[in-house]
Amino acid sequence: MTLADLVAAIVFAGVAVYALFGGADYGAGLWDLLAGRGHDAAERRHQIDRSLGPVWEANHVWLIFVLVFLWTGFPAAFAQLVTTLYVPLALAAVGIVYRGAAFAFRKVSPTFRLARWYGALFAASSVVTPFFLGTVAGGVASGRVPVSGAGDPLSSWLNPTSLLGGLLAVGTCAWSAAVLLAADAARAGHAATATWFARRALAAGAAVGPVALAGVLVLRRDAPTLAHRLEGRGAPLVLCSAAAAALALWLLARGRMREARLPALAAVVAVVAGWGVAQYPWLLVDHLEVAQAAAPRATLVGLLVAFGGAAVLVVPSLVMLLRLSSRGTLTDGTRSDSSEALASRLGTRWTSPDDQPR
Amino acid sequence: MRNGNLAAARSLMALSLGVHIVLSCLGVALPALIYVVHRRGLRGDAAGLTLARRWSKVAAVLFAVGAVSGTVLSFEMGLLWPGLMGRFGAVIGLPFAFEGIFFFLEAIFLGIYLYGWRGLPARWHLATLVPVALSGVGGTLCILAVNAWMNHPSGFDIAHYATTGQVRGVNPWAAMFNPALPTQFVHMLFAAYLVTAGLVASVYAVGWLRGRRDPIHRLAIGVAVAVLAVAAPLQLVTGDLATRYVERAQPAKFASLELVPETRTHAPFTIGGVLVDGRVRAAIEIPDLLSLMLHARSGAAVRGLDQVPADERPPVNVVRVAFQLMVAAGTFLVALAAWTGWSWWRRRRLPVSRWYLRAVVLTGPAALLALEAGWTTTEVGRQPWIARGVLRVADAVTPRGGVAWSLAALAAVYAGLTVSSIVVVRGMSRRWAAGGDVEAPYEPVATEPEAQEARR
Repeated sequence: MTLADLVAAIVFAGVAVYALFGGADYGAGLWDLLAGRGHDAAERRHQIDRSLGPVWEANHVWLIFVLVFLWTGFPAAFAQLVTTLYVPLALAAVGIVYRGAAFAFRKVSPTFRLARWYGALFAASSVVTPFFLGTVAGGVASGRVPVSGAGDPLSSWLNPTSLLGGLLAVGTCAWSAAVLLAADAARAGHAATATWFARRALAAGAAVGPVALAGVLVLRRDAPTLAHRLEGRGAPLVLCSAAAAALALWLLARGRMREARLPALAAVVAVVAGWGVAQYPWLLVDHLEVAQAAAPRATLVGLLVAFGGAAVLVVPSLVMLLRLSSRGTLTDGTRSDSSEALASRLGTRWTSPDDQPR
Repeated sequence: MRNGNLAAARSLMALSLGVHIVLSCLGVALPALIYVVHRRGLRGDAAGLTLARRWSKVAAVLFAVGAVSGTVLSFEMGLLWPGLMGRFGAVIGLPFAFEGIFFFLEAIFLGIYLYGWRGLPARWHLATLVPVALSGVGGTLCILAVNAWMNHPSGFDIAHYATTGQVRGVNPWAAMFNPALPTQFVHMLFAAYLVTAGLVASVYAVGWLRGRRDPIHRLAIGVAVAVLAVAAPLQLVTGDLATRYVERAQPAKFASLELVPETRTHAPFTIGGVLVDGRVRAAIEIPDLLSLMLHARSGAAVRGLDQVPADERPPVNVVRVAFQLMVAAGTFLVALAAWTGWSWWRRRRLPVSRWYLRAVVLTGPAALLALEAGWTTTEVGRQPWIARGVLRVADAVTPRGGVAWSLAALAAVYAGLTVSSIVVVRGMSRRWAAGGDVEAPYEPVATEPEAQEARR
């Protein structure tokens, strides 16, 4: 394995983690859109807020991580990617702005009317953003980003593989979100909400499976290079993904939401890893290989140093955040020596039902 | 087509950065201010805890907007300037990778802080602000490393690039720690603290003047004014160092901001004024002072615009006016710092006159003006280069059309974002002033008893 391969693997690992955690945050937006009306819907949206609130910004940084490693490690490939796929990338950027801002605004809206508007904006942009990012992946995977950087601005992302990529992206986001939200709601003791999300997870799993199977046929026609390797050395990973998803569905159907998380997330990682393995050694399929696109050695070494720093500093912190969040310490905890307990002893009372379990 | 694209791309970048720079200043410095008041709170000051609580709610909103507007910028680096990132990504990408680490740490520990009010021991809860504040400093260093590199390209074989157009001999560490970095970094870091403290001081001084004279307002004004009183005079020093560095290394920018059309000895220090047909007009000139300030000798020569080929000069008057606005706003902040410091030295308390508080109200707008004007000075002063002396902006811009549409779309999005941020934050502020706290409405709430019933 060369230095360039290593950095490419890091980029792909970043894509996988973003697809997993960032994806779950987008998927939560989809379920927010479909949560319905009335008191039960309010409970669901409240659960979405509490699950996403502490973690979504950290999860979002994986996208930045992928972008900067790509443009530093493979600057030529990056320039070609953006000059061809600028339309879906620009649309995704707008979606990212609306998703994050509207989510933050909703939580502190002065009125329900306004909160509903921000909620709708958050939810809608949560659906379109992964779709556009998926079309970008499809454009790369089907060899539509030429080395000249002047690929067709429309057909590079309006094509069968991109459409498949977009649908799969939205589908996997919906899947992992529903699984994680069901587990969070179950842990917090909101049984009805947990069941609602578990049903949605089952539905998402049932929908994504056939799309993925049909996708094989699409790829054979539209992205032969990828399809060939996906059915070859990528096959074990694809099968792993299917098996993990089946296990997760079985656990969900039996109401074991918390145990279902690991296989459900493994299914997502395995499918992204399968894509990565099938693409290798191409960075831009059919046009540019990892070795050709790589930055000079000194820069790759610098990136490995940065990655080492991230592994030492970021990973433990991130694990801590995710554990605090998934255990409910952050949203449901009550300690007598907390800042808020001290404040009430000092005579300061702030009522904040948004931070309390109901 | 290409020229239209260039103008649109530059406006788009200016708009995106002009918005993001304010949010990132708050992101860098607000955690430190929250730390100060929260720490007071843990020592028994209820006002400190209330302020920490409120500011953390504001921070949650502003940081979210800052995170997404920063993401837009990283997309734009590629979408608008593929000529820069494609050629020099390997040279100058590394600081972005390190910035990613700091952004991660900031987001992680901020998430813990914002949601840790009930579930964490108070001491650990407070401690999570430390990595947030330090990451802000680290992130500033990384981002400024990139901007400083654009002012002072290094870390590759420049002579070879000039003759062949090929990048070789890449040393990303030399690119990151380029000669322009130290002064730019320190100047920007202090700017972040000045802007944040200024905005906080303004908001609470308005409240005070409207009669809300409670411990909360007293503490907020005290903390913010203390930061201003320390940072403003220091910023004078960092600004001076930055100007001296620019004089040595970036002659076109220096000649524009100090308005020196021709190289000369006994150069005067000019206040105000613009360049009309190559001559300085409407300026007050203090004889010999510029030569004296720079070289401690009135006969020393100062390099002027004539040292730079005409097609490599920035739009002089834009740089000049922006620089003067920054200096004027900065001088106001220093004067306020002096007033504060004098009162503290003589009477061990802040000045209490209404005129002092009116001046404090102006610190936020003044600091914002200095920020945007200073940023304009350095960015416009670098033109026509994107990487000074190496790559022109016109050669880095995307060949793709449609940038003007993106500009229009982003302007609309950011206008909406700005209005929303103000509406939402003002809404919070009003509810606090009315004695309530901020809660998220998930459904229409008919009456408070009903809502309480529903919550049970």
